[in-house]
Amino acid sequence: MIGLSLAYLRDRALNTGLNILLLGLSVASLVILLLFSSQLENRFDKDAQGIDMVVGAKGSPLQLILSSVYHVDIPTGNVPLETVELLRRQMGVAQAIPLALGDSFRTFRIVGTEPAYPALLGASLADGRMFGQKMEAVIGVEVAARTGAGLGQRFVGGHGMTGGDDGPKHEEAPFIVVGRLKPTGTVIDRLILTNVESVWAVHGIEAPHDEPAHEGESAEEHADHASPAEVTAVLVQFGSPIAAVRLPGFVNRQTNLQAAVPAVEVSRLLALVGVGLDAVRAFAVLLMITAGLSIFVALLTALRQREGDMAMLRVIGASRAAILGQVASEGLILAAAGTVLGLVLGHGVIALAAANIEQLHQLGLNPLAFHPGEAMIAMAALGIGLIAALIPGLRVLQSDIADTLANAR
Amino acid sequence: MPSPEPQTHLNKVEGPLVETRGLSHWRDGRCVMQIGDWQLQPRAHALLLGPSGSGKTTFINIVTGLLTPSQGAIFVAGEPMSILPPAGRDGLRRRTTGLVFQTLRLIPALSVTANLALAQQLALGQVDRAAIAAMIDRVGLSHRAAARPRQLSQGEGQRAAIARALITRPHLVVADEPTSALDDANAARMIDLMFEVADATGATLLVATHDGRIAHRFGNRLNLEAPQ
Ligand SMILES: Nc1ncnc2c1ncn2[C@@H]1O[C@H](COP(=O)(O)OP(=O)(O)OP(=O)(O)O)[C@@H](O)[C@H]1O
Ligand SMILES: [Mg+2]
Repeated sequence: MIGLSLAYLRDRALNTGLNILLLGLSVASLVILLLFSSQLENRFDKDAQGIDMVVGAKGSPLQLILSSVYHVDIPTGNVPLETVELLRRQMGVAQAIPLALGDSFRTFRIVGTEPAYPALLGASLADGRMFGQKMEAVIGVEVAARTGAGLGQRFVGGHGMTGGDDGPKHEEAPFIVVGRLKPTGTVIDRLILTNVESVWAVHGIEAPHDEPAHEGESAEEHADHASPAEVTAVLVQFGSPIAAVRLPGFVNRQTNLQAAVPAVEVSRLLALVGVGLDAVRAFAVLLMITAGLSIFVALLTALRQREGDMAMLRVIGASRAAILGQVASEGLILAAAGTVLGLVLGHGVIALAAANIEQLHQLGLNPLAFHPGEAMIAMAALGIGLIAALIPGLRVLQSDIADTLANAR
Repeated sequence: MPSPEPQTHLNKVEGPLVETRGLSHWRDGRCVMQIGDWQLQPRAHALLLGPSGSGKTTFINIVTGLLTPSQGAIFVAGEPMSILPPAGRDGLRRRTTGLVFQTLRLIPALSVTANLALAQQLALGQVDRAAIAAMIDRVGLSHRAAARPRQLSQGEGQRAAIARALITRPHLVVADEPTSALDDANAARMIDLMFEVADATGATLLVATHDGRIAHRFGNRLNLEAPQ
């Protein structure tokens, strides 16, 4: 009987193909949305682990969070190094970790910080040792993989954070790789870590604030990178709940300082993005319902043309259950093919997007990760196929065999 | 689904393969078929002859258990077809009867071979490829075994339909108007073929027709009156 179902599907190959495609597209869009939003949220959570507050220059708090926690946007500006000490003296501060940003090497950001930063995100060394001396660098697993840099490798940072090797270089101050980190699944994988002094050194320790802008560099970008005795942001971990209430206000009262809470900014961002995602999701669900209706109509017409066949099958010995099973299997085969196509398509699109769109790659979009929700999507698609088949199938069963044969004769 | 009884069960049945007692059928207060008492012996070739509307198809539907007669009883292979529950009728028909229709009723999506295999699967619960090849060879379609029904000529299609009716080794082969659309030569060939294959497999033949051209070929003739 499965053979018969396949024969019928092959018999109207164009219709079958179109329905599989339609269902496949709807499954794919749902899968893409699911993977995208879940991986994004997961990523947001992971990168911000242990970071309760970020202190940086005044400006957009979201921009501060994006640049210093997720390393995707440009920073809001710099703050004096004393800020770190100021924060460390505050009650309820467990850790205050400085970040000095501004340079990159082949799209990977160079971050001047302290060993506490990788420790905070749960990164440990795969080989070599942690950075200590000036110009020593520890690289994330992806930096190592994509640049092929090993221990002892020397490299020169390029100025600017958007990366590329076409920007101005700091030839006079090369870094040396002293350690490589294990994979963490966080933004650390794509960072080059060094100490804050190294970042200062790259820009010349004596350079005053009015250092002339590099050629081809915007004034804004110029302000971004750390100058001596300045850092870009300070990551703060609270030691007591009271700090969460007191510290943001304290920081915001300081001139030129602002505090931003990752959890707040991220949920604000997700709420914003979420509306868009919801709209696309509703559209995808609509698409899936359309696919279900299309399968329903296809089977309804096919079965109407086949009423004679069905009656004949009954006459030559097929039970009602067997007939219904045959029709159901036709719907299920369609739905299963559409689901498989959709899953392959969905993960394929994610893979293509991650490979070709740098920002998505930086967000850590992983096409090989599966989400439990995908099983739900698959079940929904199969259920739609089954229902679309059973309704016309039951209709056919209710007809009188002798009448059908007589009419079809 | 394999039949619960062994295939030899029917061979033990004594007496006629089909027997009617006071059989008639009424629709809308009108008698549309009147047969009364009649018997069909095993291996006989019987003809059900009558003008259009005389109830030939009605009788065939009753023999095959698709229709319940309004009066009288009918026994197939000794079992009371007309009073069995639907599932019992399906089973009895599956075990005893092969059907050939005027239009062919082969499944258009399946090849000739696959049509036969499906019939075998449904009636016997298994597929015997060698028997299918032999049957296709017997009806002279070996070179067309992989063809779809719509790629066959009318004569080839009829031979395929006969092959499908007989592949399950039915005791009773029922044919409704198998020749009415054919010219004289083809009608004669069709009857030859049915006789030949039925005799070779030991099947009993019941052919309904208004086609007087083939009447002389049958020993057992049952004449139905035109409706009043
Ligand atoms: N479903 C039905 N409802 C009402 N009347 C019917 C139905 N089927 C058949 N009849 C009537 O029953 C009578 C016998 O019909 P039947 O089909 O058995 O005739 P037949 O001998 O097979 O005719 P033909 O040679 O034209 O096929 C006809 O008068 C027909 O109009
Ligand atoms: Mg008729």
